[in-house]
Amino acid sequence: MTIQFNDETFRDDYSFHNSDWAIKRFPFPFHEDSYMYAVNMEQHRGGPEGSVYEKRFDVDEHYVAEMRDRAMVLADDPLRCQSLPHMTLAGWDLLELIMVSKSEDYPDLFELHHDADQWRWVNKPLGIDDTFTFLDETTLPYGPMEYITRQTQGDFCVLDQREENLWMDAGMVTTQADWSLDFDLGMNFFEWHAPVPLAHEMGIFKRALKFLLNIQQGAPARRMNWTMTVNPLLDTSPENYHKWGIQKTTLTPENIGSKQHLRVELQTFFRLPRSNALVFPIRCYLCSFQDLMTMPKWGRRLHRVVRDLPVELATYKGFIDNRPMMLDYLSQFDDGLPTSPGVFPEPETEPPLNKAG
Amino acid sequence: MSKFQFPESIKSRPVYGTLEPRVGKFHLMIADAEGAEAILELAAQDSALMAKSHIIFIPNGTDYGDQLKALNPAQYYEGPSYAASVQRIRHVLANAHQGLQVYLTGTEGLMGQAQNEAMQAGIPHTFIQTEHRGSVARRMQCVHCKGITEDVMTDPFVCSHCGLNLFVRDHYSRRLAAYQGVCIDAEDPGNVPEPVELYK
Ligand code: HEM
Repeated sequence: MTIQFNDETFRDDYSFHNSDWAIKRFPFPFHEDSYMYAVNMEQHRGGPEGSVYEKRFDVDEHYVAEMRDRAMVLADDPLRCQSLPHMTLAGWDLLELIMVSKSEDYPDLFELHHDADQWRWVNKPLGIDDTFTFLDETTLPYGPMEYITRQTQGDFCVLDQREENLWMDAGMVTTQADWSLDFDLGMNFFEWHAPVPLAHEMGIFKRALKFLLNIQQGAPARRMNWTMTVNPLLDTSPENYHKWGIQKTTLTPENIGSKQHLRVELQTFFRLPRSNALVFPIRCYLCSFQDLMTMPKWGRRLHRVVRDLPVELATYKGFIDNRPMMLDYLSQFDDGLPTSPGVFPEPETEPPLNKAG
Repeated sequence: MSKFQFPESIKSRPVYGTLEPRVGKFHLMIADAEGAEAILELAAQDSALMAKSHIIFIPNGTDYGDQLKALNPAQYYEGPSYAASVQRIRHVLANAHQGLQVYLTGTEGLMGQAQNEAMQAGIPHTFIQTEHRGSVARRMQCVHCKGITEDVMTDPFVCSHCGLNLFVRDHYSRRLAAYQGVCIDAEDPGNVPEPVELYK
């Protein structure tokens, strides 16, 4: 299918919106009626047709607008994209992975032509047609990682692997759930995860790291993470928290349905061939509560998950103060009926909401 | 009291040990203020150590200088500030012989910055020891303006660059040799709690 790209914003007037198609394929992260941290990793080998899991790098209706937003963030703060000197080769690996994947998965949108080490890259949605020499930085307008991630939705951490650990030595981070690349640059897996509550004690990070160190080329993996964001703001950075934090206090019972968004990260892991680095794309999907509530299963389930989430997690995710108002809203969409297992909304088979008022 | 037991914290927060004399031909000791006491104790444990040692000391208003000099180190330098000493530290590290043993002691800010220099110069971390002495002040990076505020003793504190009121996190970057400071009143402008002394 051809994608109609939205003309929309993730700031100021927040004209971001999801089409019916985007709502239906929204990666709802809860496969059951409760949530706790776990080593929730699986192979990234496609998924149902049309789902966000189908392609290696999902492209959707927000692509062009997200890339515009990223360019604005970078103009304001170039430190959102950094690469330590030894990471340039990994940047080329990443550029190749994305160009090959996108041109194969979306041939009507992206083209890659090789003539020995002369590469021609055509990105139709963004109107780019560039020719460059592979592995020669002087032939690109930016470093290879920055060049390709200015054209790819989601944040990217590029991790060097050494000393049985992963090191955050490069990244493009403009749509993050409140963490700073500039601060975390150079840290190892345990250090950058230090602020996360409970998971260290549960042994989750030790097991997760072991899994990641063994990821092989051609066998990518994926997991989900989620949080809450008031207004469809992609750049919830600590850098700008003194500007956007106040928006959390603008929720009212009247506007919560349209203002409060579930923010879901589809996180994938790919081994890179030349550098042996690991790349960690973090793709952010936003959906307003009122759009989620169009799926009866998601309405019932989201209410139960938010209600029963441990205080530590609601605090860490930054919505503890707004939780009571969220629950007032969400409880209207929970009639107590059971939900079917799995993340998909099942609109054809799930019973409609059976609640008066 | 110059020794302080830091409470257990998150995994990015550095932990410090107790300096002990190591075997080696060359020894570089970098200390500020009460860190001098750790060096004096080190020297007392191994009488041969000082003849192979280069001491870089930043007194920060203390008067340990004469005692350190009296140890007769191979080289002794006293700097008025870390900033004034850092070129020298870099030079010494860049020209270090294989197997140089590095001893860092004093405030977290001094140890963090000097450790960073040593790592960048390629000194393996197994050749670097640290021991905290003296002030528990923190070197803080403002996550908003990126400015560093030295010697922060209270939580919250005012960023010395942009003036925002910041709370003190335990999240620590070795690359920046700093803890992270984050705006405390973003969600309730003007509501800034009274500053409390760290660890009180
Ligand atoms: C190697 C790739 C990974 C990178 C670069 C990464 C990065 C991050 C970062 C920067 C944070 C925010 C920490 C903060 O508060 O400052 C975070 C949170 C977290 N990470 Fe990872 N992570 C990776 C892999 C994983 C894996 C494999 C797991 C599996 C269990 C995991 C579990 C978590 C959890 C549970 C949180 C807390 C999220 C929340 O409650 O919203 N991470 N990660």
